[in-house]
Amino acid sequence: MAKITAGVATSHVPAIGAAIDLGKTQTDYWKPLFDGFEYSKEWMKENTPDVVFLVYNDHGSAFDMNIIPTFAIGCAEEFQPADEGWGPRKVPVVKNHARLASHIAQSMIEQEFDLTLINRMDVDHGLTVPLSLMFGQPEEWPCLVIPFAVGVVQYPAPLGRRCYALGKALRQAVETFDEDLNVQVWGTGGMSHQLQGPRAGLINQEFDQQFLEDIVNDPETVAEIPHIDYLREAGSEGIELVMWLIMRGALNQKVVEKHRHYHVPASNTAVGHLILENPQ
Amino acid sequence: MPLKKPYCDIPGTIVFDAEMSRIGYHLNQFAASLMKAENRERFFADQRAYLDEWPMSEEQKQAVLDRDYNRMMELGGNIYFLAKIFSSDGLSFEYAASTMTGVTPETYREMMLKGGRSPDGNRFIGESE
Repeated sequence: MAKITAGVATSHVPAIGAAIDLGKTQTDYWKPLFDGFEYSKEWMKENTPDVVFLVYNDHGSAFDMNIIPTFAIGCAEEFQPADEGWGPRKVPVVKNHARLASHIAQSMIEQEFDLTLINRMDVDHGLTVPLSLMFGQPEEWPCLVIPFAVGVVQYPAPLGRRCYALGKALRQAVETFDEDLNVQVWGTGGMSHQLQGPRAGLINQEFDQQFLEDIVNDPETVAEIPHIDYLREAGSEGIELVMWLIMRGALNQKVVEKHRHYHVPASNTAVGHLILENPQ
Repeated sequence: MPLKKPYCDIPGTIVFDAEMSRIGYHLNQFAASLMKAENRERFFADQRAYLDEWPMSEEQKQAVLDRDYNRMMELGGNIYFLAKIFSSDGLSFEYAASTMTGVTPETYREMMLKGGRSPDGNRFIGESE
């Protein structure tokens, strides 16, 4: 039986990927951010899963304005890094556990989560930056990855409580798979940031710190945060944080917090990071 | 009953909802086309001619030529799609954001290094600092 052992949350700012790719992680600007992922890389070595179910959002890379899915699961054998306007990142191809992905798709639709299935797509920084942060720069990613894209580009993103419930359905789906697998669920995006308009640059450290605390210990409360609160308090792009609730919903009610990191700024964004384990 | 849009009173913010998506469809599709190297090449060879291939409004085309990102968003542009334009220009997200705020890139960067723009005074239109 497949089992969800841990969850990881992290922001996925494109400039972080650029800093890694260009060898700038030790500059004065970037070092404090990357120092907070040193523990994480060690933890990943000790806890490399068979499969990461990676919740992220596409940024107009795989999906243009022709098709706008709310929840889309990648079912292809592999996914190439996307060209986002400056050429594709030179990172390994992302390989899927396609049999598990199709099992999850079927199980989730039967649980009333009407997913879109994607058999061909490229994956952008939303997916590859978290892999780089957690694994560094290997020749091949050390595990399989199921991409799960959430529609947060066009308002409204799915509600927080829907994402939290989806996480619970995901757990049910994973636990009914017939192969012994160690599965992690990663929720990415956030934290507070606004990339657009005269209010660009908004950061709300108080909101972020409360969110980091509550998503660990009181996720039901976080699941009820209305969209308007994300927009007003955490900036128009801070609404990406609903994706963390899928990760949290897939874990036990009580989790062990192994690591927490928060840093401002990465480009326009507040970076938050958590590693949570299901107690054995 | 009409849809509730409680986000219309947030200052300096255009929420890209289904209505804006409808208005900006061709503008965003144009921007998305710049993800292909051969399209970037054609765009930079003659920007006006490339824009004329798209059924965009004259205002939208002019806003692109002016690289006026606030105007593009008023006309239905979405920031993640518009990012393909400034990325093609070789500009960072931080630099592009600064152009939307009316301060120099240096001042903007300094603000971010000091913890970013405070939400205080920036939650509601008309709220004073």
